This record gives sequence, C-alpha cells and structure tokens, in this order.
Amino acid sequence: MLLDSYDKENFFDEMFGEDAKAHPHYQKVLERFQRLTTAEYRQKQTAVDLAFMRGGVTFTVYNDNQGTERIFPFDLMPRVIPAKEWDLIERGLIQRITALNMFLDDIYHEQKILRDRVIPPHYVLNAKHFRREFMGCDVPKGIYIHICGTDLIRGRDGGYLVLEDNLRCPSGASYMLENRAALKRAFPNLYQSARVKPVDSYAADLRKALQYAVPQSLGNEQPNVVLLTPGVYNSAYFEHAFLARQMGIPIVEGRDLIVRDARVYMRTTAGLVPVDVIYRRVDDDFLDPSVFRSDSLLGVPGLVSAYRAGNVSLANAIGTGVADDKVIYYFVPRIIKYYLGEEPILPNVETFLASEPKDCAYILENLNKLVVKSANEAGGYGMLMGPWATQEEIEEFRKMIIANPRNFIGQPPISLSRHPTWVSEQEDFEGRHVDLRPYVLYGDKITVNPGGLTRVALRKGSLVVNSSQGGGSKDTWVLHGDD
Amino acid sequence: MTSSLSAIAPRRSANVMLSRVANSLYWMSRYIERAENISRLLDVNLQLMLDFVPLDDQQLKEHWLPILRSAGDEETFFKHYETANSQSVTEFMTFHEENPNSVLSCLFAARENARQIRDQISLEMFEVLNDCYLFLKSKGARDVWNMGAHDFYEQIKKYSQLFQGLTDSTFPRNEGYEFIQFGKFLERADKTTRILDLKYHILLPQVSDVGGAVDAAQWQAVLRSASALEGYRNFHVADIVPWKVVEFLLFSEEFPRAIRFCLQRVDNFLHLLAGTNKGEYRSEAERAFGRMLSDMNFMRIEDIMNSGLHQYLETIQTALDHMDDFIHQAFMEHPPTDMAAEIRLHQQETQQQQQGLAA
Repeated sequence: MLLDSYDKENFFDEMFGEDAKAHPHYQKVLERFQRLTTAEYRQKQTAVDLAFMRGGVTFTVYNDNQGTERIFPFDLMPRVIPAKEWDLIERGLIQRITALNMFLDDIYHEQKILRDRVIPPHYVLNAKHFRREFMGCDVPKGIYIHICGTDLIRGRDGGYLVLEDNLRCPSGASYMLENRAALKRAFPNLYQSARVKPVDSYAADLRKALQYAVPQSLGNEQPNVVLLTPGVYNSAYFEHAFLARQMGIPIVEGRDLIVRDARVYMRTTAGLVPVDVIYRRVDDDFLDPSVFRSDSLLGVPGLVSAYRAGNVSLANAIGTGVADDKVIYYFVPRIIKYYLGEEPILPNVETFLASEPKDCAYILENLNKLVVKSANEAGGYGMLMGPWATQEEIEEFRKMIIANPRNFIGQPPISLSRHPTWVSEQEDFEGRHVDLRPYVLYGDKITVNPGGLTRVALRKGSLVVNSSQGGGSKDTWVLHGDD
Repeated sequence: MTSSLSAIAPRRSANVMLSRVANSLYWMSRYIERAENISRLLDVNLQLMLDFVPLDDQQLKEHWLPILRSAGDEETFFKHYETANSQSVTEFMTFHEENPNSVLSCLFAARENARQIRDQISLEMFEVLNDCYLFLKSKGARDVWNMGAHDFYEQIKKYSQLFQGLTDSTFPRNEGYEFIQFGKFLERADKTTRILDLKYHILLPQVSDVGGAVDAAQWQAVLRSASALEGYRNFHVADIVPWKVVEFLLFSEEFPRAIRFCLQRVDNFLHLLAGTNKGEYRSEAERAFGRMLSDMNFMRIEDIMNSGLHQYLETIQTALDHMDDFIHQAFMEHPPTDMAAEIRLHQQETQQQQQGLAA
C-alpha cells in the first residue's frame, strides 16, 4: 500500500504524529490515498496536469526568446488544517495586518512610532521602499494593504511562524483557486466527506475590497475598477487574466490608460472612460515614468499626480514595500505591541540585524550556521543558506555584509515542516518541506480566505519552495471541524 | 459614431471595451476563419490531384501557383523552395513559420490574441484554441499530416468549427460579439473571392457556352473549397455549370459562405458597431461598401462575366480592405502614446503645482 514505508524522520510532519500515526484531521485523506494503486494515482495526476495545460494555467519561463509555458507542478495530496489551528492563523494574520496598516499610516503621517523610538528612525527613513514623497498623502479609508499574502512556516515543534509579509503584489491566489477546482474533480467524494471550507469567494471578496477602496471624492457612485498588468509576457499573466475574469473587471496595460487633468482614463471603443480603482500588479517603480523610473514602458505618465489628487485609488497603495523590508520585519512584533498593545499571536522567526554591531558580529561568526537574506529580495534570490553553502559563497556574503550591513539579516535555518508528497521515481510518497501562503483582504473588514497556497519544495531535502526554483504546490484544506 | 477616440465617453460601469480588446477579438476571429479556409482549400486541391493523370512539373506548377498566390506569399515561398508542387506548396501554406498566412501561423496568432484577452472570452473558447496550439506545437501534428493530410485538415477545421460553435453558445451578445462576427464574415467574404478568383482564367469567354470542355471536377473542387457542393446541388438540382457556380458563390443570400451572404452580415455588424441606422453610411469607406452591396441587388451574372469576373472580385477585395482600415481607425487605434511627451507634460504640471504652492 502507498505510504506503508513512509518515514517522517526527524522532522515535524503535517500528516503523521510522533507515534507515526496520522493525525485525526488527516484520517480521511490517508484512507483514500492508501486505497489508490500507483496506476490510478498516475492517471489522476495526468488528467490534472492536462487540464492545467489545456486551460492555460501556466507560467512562462524565459530561457530563450520564445518563452516556454509550464504548469506549476501540483501535488495531489492536499494539505489539511483543522479548524482550531486555522482559528489561530486567522486571528494572527488579522492582528498582524491591522498593525502593519497602522504602521504605514503612521510613518507616512506623524511618525509617532519613530518619535517614540520604538524603531530607530533611520531604519524606516532609509529603507529602499520608503516613499518619502508620499508623506502626508492620504489614502481612501486609511487602507494601505488591500491584499496581503503572508508566508507562514512551521518549525520542528510545529508552531506556526511568520517568514515574510508580502505587502506589495503578492501572487498565487489564482493557483489556490485552480488547485481547489482540480482536486474537487480528482477526488469528489473525499472532498465532500472531509467537510472542507470553500475558497471560491476569494474573487468576489477581492472585488468588494477593491470597490471599497473607491476615492472619497467619488462618493457612492459605482466605481470603475481595473486590473493593471505588465502584459501578456509577464510570468504571472495567467493569474492577472484569471482574477480579472473572475471579478468581471477589465484587465489593462499601461498603454490602455492615459491621464488628463489628474484623472485616469482607459481608451475604449467608445472613447475615454474614467478609472477609479486600480488593482495594480506592477511594482511602485514602474507605475509612472514621469515620477519613478523614466525608462518604464509599463507605466502610465501622470498616474501618481492623479493618485495624489485623490482621483484614483491604487491597491496596494504606493509605499507599502517599506513594511516588506526584512529589516522592518524584525520590528513587527514591536509594531504590534505599540499600536495594539497585544502580544503577537504568530511569532517571527528569530532574526539578527547585520546593522546592529552585536548582531553583526554574531552573524559574521556564524555564517555557516545561518540563513542570510537581503532586505529587499524575493523569490528565494539574494540568499545564503549557510549550512549548505560553499566556502566561496560564505566569503562573498561576508564581504557584502560588511560593505552594506543595512541590507542584510540573519536567521537560524528553520527545518520547515514536511508533508507526504508524490515522488514519481519512487512511485510513492516521501516527506517534502512545505510553507503556507494564506491571502488576506482588507475592505470594510479584514478577511482571511480559508485556505491558501501550500508550496512544496519538490527536491529532496530542499527548503526552497519558490516556483522559479523547483517548487510545486498543493491544495490547502481548512476543515469545518478538527477531524 | 465614427468616433473621435480621444473624446471622453459617459461613465459606464459595465460593458466598456478597451480598443486593444476589440482589436484582439477581431483578429482572433479573422485568423481562425482564415486557417479554416486555407485548410479546406489545400485539402480539396490535394484530393483533386488524385483525379488527374500524373502531371508533369509544369502542370503541377500551373495548378499550385494560383493557390499559392491566393493566400500565401509567393516571394517568401521561393526563398525556401525551388518548385511549386503538391508537397512544397501545402507544406509552406500549412507549417511554414515565415509565412504569416500559413495555417500554423494563423492559429498561433489566433491563440496569442486570445491570450491577450484571456479575461474576455469563455474558458471553453480559450481551451479550443489552446488545444489546437498544443496540437500544432507537438510532434504529433507533423506525423498526422505525413500520414494523411486529409485527416490533418479535418482536425484543423474541427477546431475552427468548435470554436465558432462555442462562440455562439458561450459568448455574450455584446459589442465584443459584434467585433468577432464582423471579423469572421469579412475574412470569409475575402476568402470566397479568392477561391473564385483561382479559376477565373479557365472560365469560358461566352456565358452561353456552357457544358463545354470545362473540367467539372475543377468546378466541383471550387464548390468544395467553400463547403458549398451540397448547398449548390440543393439549390440547383442540376449539373455543375461554371457560371452557375460563380453565381451561387457570389450572389446567394442563403448560403453562409457566399459572398453576398457574408457582405450582408458585415453590413449588419457594421451598423451595430457604428450605431447607425440601416442604410446610413457616414464615412467614405462605409459609403463605398454600401454602394457595392446595393449594386449586387441589380447585377446579373452575365454583366459580371462580360465586364470581367477578376475585376469584379478585385473591387470587392478592395472594399473589404477599406472596411478593415475603417474599423481599425474608428474603434481600435488610439494614436499611440508618445511616452516622452506624456512624461514631459506631467512633470511640467507637477512643477507648476509646486511653484503655485511655494508662491
């Protein structure tokens, strides 16, 4: 039988407890998967892969000028989260986003948190993504972070930790929805009997959150909401088109928009039509070549002046990247405490700041034991995995850290929890490391979609779950109950 | 509404259509219709060859060159091939990536346009184009073609027909639908003129001189190239007579690949898109088109044969080209953004505001 020889080894396993018995909330999944033959499993996998390929559920890899479309590898065995665990995650995320949003509002206005010396001011003021020019600029209803995809991990003791706050343009929600649709087709009876919370409302909730962000000047009028994409050649284009279609809003490129008298318009067959809210999947730097990078062809000249004038909303707001900075991450527990007077529900990973002399000394002494990250990189880039790195890589990072300590943090490596994952060479399941990215929306209230994207590092022993570096994904089931 | 595209339209919360989207819908539709027509043309002519006694090189060339001219690019062809025969012409018109009108290029372009507007069309429609694309990208496509070109072209036609059927049953009847239909019928009318034009040179000089030495198989092939053999038989219940074939494919108001049928649909969607009343034509291109359509009501096949079929078909092609220009100018082509000028404009505005604040 499948999984008979499964070995959780010395890791926290999502499915199996210390006694090597499956947790109650995994019982149904285990029974169903053990009834499968390898032939049946392969057949289901092929059907799912083909459906993704046919539906264009792909991302584009540019190895040559042609661009190859690939599917994001999908593992059929779902990751299951019982209700009581989810309750903790949900409360923790709401707490965290509430505090981070208050933090952004504060640092772009009165900067009380800096004046109170809770965070040394230079960390904020010199952050790469701090937008000084937006000081004093109000955003509709005070919301900066409309959409957030926080990366959570579990260490050896199984406690959930926050690894990263993605506050700019978090991606992956479309895969969460497509994965669910695929799994419902592959295992309809199992899905029904497991009593899983549906994720389908994500697109409708996102649309409501975007509509809620309408500029105050427009009053109660039904806003025109659009999704701004870098274009069809962007690797996440599928997601942009998918979400726009699900929400029923136009997907636009920079060239479809034009700004006149501080108002944004889209060019339609009937002439220019005003745009009120932009769900932008374009980074700050590329939004407006008359203000930011003038070589950007993706952006819309004048967009920022329309934004400043309060005539258009951007989701997320300009300048949220400062709270994404890995150095600011270090301070999030203090941020929560400062604004809410609460202890963080979801703790951070222990972090050392290279810019603090004591921490820096520790980092430099322990480069071979730590994970070192650049403050503003994503996608698993700009990272040193000390215990697995070569001496040259370590020395290279040593130089970079000494040259620019503000740009680095160190963390002890977390041996992420593992999950049974299909390994085709073995024709059986083996443990692979996983993380979890739930999606949080901030509209008239903050909601956390019950599910999220479970990413899995498919390479044996790998801790890197990013799709660009050999990662795959799983459907994530949040149960109504605890078993 | 021969719209001035920079005018500000009234706020509409739903159903606004980006010009770029209109453009993609139109071309997606044209390209898939074109691929289907070329497939049918090649299929029919390959089969026709089977009825001939083996032809020498010169005869083969005489047969295939007009076909190449009707849809392909002769110059590009001779860059890659020495002689025009069944193998080289069909290969060029089916698979060649440098031929923008090869079946493969058309379907890749249709799919690329669909991808640009992935959010606007139904999943079913996209899946058909994507299936077709994945099929053509696979090695299997070439194998199917090598094994039997007929099966290959059948497959391509099925994709197109499936796509059009799904458009019918899954696409909302809005402006986007009008662009799709406009593109489809414009393309189809054009292709039928080209199929007819293929054979104009073998038409007999006298309309009355029917049933002569003309090869019935050739005219049957013309009909089949437009899927019109059964339609013709049903209409005429008679032998295949050249001038009757021409008349049928030119003037039928019932047969969906006949030129007049297609032009009437183009006219219909043109009025819907432009928001004009029937019979109302505002621009020069629209007027020329309307004139041509109404001329058809009074023309007899004898008039056309006497004045020259080829010239008449060219008139139609030119009017269709002008329609294509018109639709682009009126709905799809905003003047491209001059980025440098836009950047200057907005930087100046910002400076003026700041000076205003300082003062």
